[in-house]
Amino acid sequence: MRYFGYLSRRLVGGLLTVLAVISVCFLVLEALPGDPTDMILGETATDQDRVQLRRMLRLDQPFSTRYAQFLLDIVVPARGMGHSLRQPTRSAWSMIVEAWPDTVALALGAGLVAWTLAIPLALIAATRPRTKTDAVVGVVSMLGVAIPSLWLGPLLILAFCVALPWLPFPGPDARGLPALILPSLTLGVGMAGILTRMGRVALRETLREPFIQAARARGLSEPAVLIKHALRAAMVPLLTAGGAQLSSLLGGAIITEKIFDRPGLGTLLLQSLTTRDLPVVLACVVVIAITAVFVQLLVDVAYVLVDPRIRLA
Amino acid sequence: MSASSQPHKRSRWRLEGRALVGVPMVLLFLFLALVGPWLAPYAPRAIDLAHELEGPSLRHWLGTADNGVDVLSVLLTGARTAGLVGVSTVLISFVLGSALGSISGYAGGRTDLILARVTDAVAAMPSLVINVALLALIARPGFGHMIAALSATGWVTYARVSRAEVLRLREREFVTAARALGASPSRVLLLHVLPNAMGPLIVQATFGLGGAVLAEASLSFLGLGPGAGASWGALLDQGTAYLLRAPRLAMIAGVAIAMTVLGFNLTGDWLRDALDPKESSD
Repeated sequence: MRYFGYLSRRLVGGLLTVLAVISVCFLVLEALPGDPTDMILGETATDQDRVQLRRMLRLDQPFSTRYAQFLLDIVVPARGMGHSLRQPTRSAWSMIVEAWPDTVALALGAGLVAWTLAIPLALIAATRPRTKTDAVVGVVSMLGVAIPSLWLGPLLILAFCVALPWLPFPGPDARGLPALILPSLTLGVGMAGILTRMGRVALRETLREPFIQAARARGLSEPAVLIKHALRAAMVPLLTAGGAQLSSLLGGAIITEKIFDRPGLGTLLLQSLTTRDLPVVLACVVVIAITAVFVQLLVDVAYVLVDPRIRLA
Repeated sequence: MSASSQPHKRSRWRLEGRALVGVPMVLLFLFLALVGPWLAPYAPRAIDLAHELEGPSLRHWLGTADNGVDVLSVLLTGARTAGLVGVSTVLISFVLGSALGSISGYAGGRTDLILARVTDAVAAMPSLVINVALLALIARPGFGHMIAALSATGWVTYARVSRAEVLRLREREFVTAARALGASPSRVLLLHVLPNAMGPLIVQATFGLGGAVLAEASLSFLGLGPGAGASWGALLDQGTAYLLRAPRLAMIAGVAIAMTVLGFNLTGDWLRDALDPKESSD
């Protein structure tokens, strides 16, 4: 029951955050100087087009009505988050649904890369403190953090699509799992670096705790001590870092999708930016905000499952 | 728990590997940001269609890009763009964030609750997405717009760090003493609390500079950079478009961005350990 109360409080908090984000977007749009129709249509548009667009954007209605309609667009499923200005027959939601799976696949791939690299590296370094191995892991993870995906992406393409033509060159024809490998690496390596660095510190602190000695004294094998006890306790800071990273993964996806010429939410956002398709832009931002908040919620729930010592505040 | 099993004998400011590599990288970047545009042999937009996408030569040491633009000049002028955007963003974020964070921590109560909620809300969002959304709404983004957009998300970390520091220092004896002597809250905060909270904030600013340079490059890569001047991110954008014809472009821009970010990260790491041996990561 306490768990349920905690969850519902967190959920309400998350919804308030989403509401704040979309309200800020709406307000910024409102506060911009100049006529939005100029920006969308260009200065040479006819008066008739302008009037039509003003009606579509509901600029002929008072502020409060516009805000209410904007919120209803997002909340009411049938409204599909508003209609695209460029493809009036399509709702923004349908375009997002189409782009969604590609971005999810990329994010999952990146997460897989990050965790499968970070956990073994952190374990290796933490169990050999102040050795050469520890130092090498330190340098490698530092490089992982510092190398921008902006550069790593082109580097990987040159290495594995051009110099060693093992993987398909990015483009509209490159589909399927092989085409997902390099983008996942590009997006995941930075997160792997951060998780390795955090994991190394967290594991080393955990290994000094009395309950580790107690587990060893009970005659547990070293791998069991490491994985069942040390790693589990170290998961709390790791999950915090991972949760924060997942949110920036959504931002990084925009860059990665552009480097690899992949479809997805980031590409949709950029395309609707260049065509000034404001309803689609706002819908993308709202969906990304909701995802970020939801992920944060999942991380908070996961804490309690991983570490029974955490009290529900 | 953080007590090290081995005594800490060496000097805090020992010049070790991280500092020896990181600090010169940072200094080189700051030097180029200051004088780069004057060292550039050509204007960063000088068009020379006869020599488009050529390899390195005596006339163009790093070759030419799209429209025959001299790559070395773009690199040198781009350092100014990155430096200007980076330093301004960090300055604004630092002042704004530490003001909000320390007020939040010192005042406590409802003020703290509201400010902390706002901070959490901004922190929960991917900052690049917010930056993109803000810049996208502007028809022709310039330097000021980009700095404003980056500061709109950048203040959050400084607010968190300064709030934590103020909470830590608030009940210390010297603060109580100052308050007992009748100092006003703003005087206590500015003269007694904040100077003692500077260490972690400066560390954060060092990482922040690397982050801001990367964010500028990312936004320019996405085509949202300031129209005037040259940018490493925009050069990288060209580089990915001409990856097969001129892989040089992506490599040059990428190395410049990566070295700068690495330099700030190494320096920040070293500073953190030097200023607070407790949290030493080795």
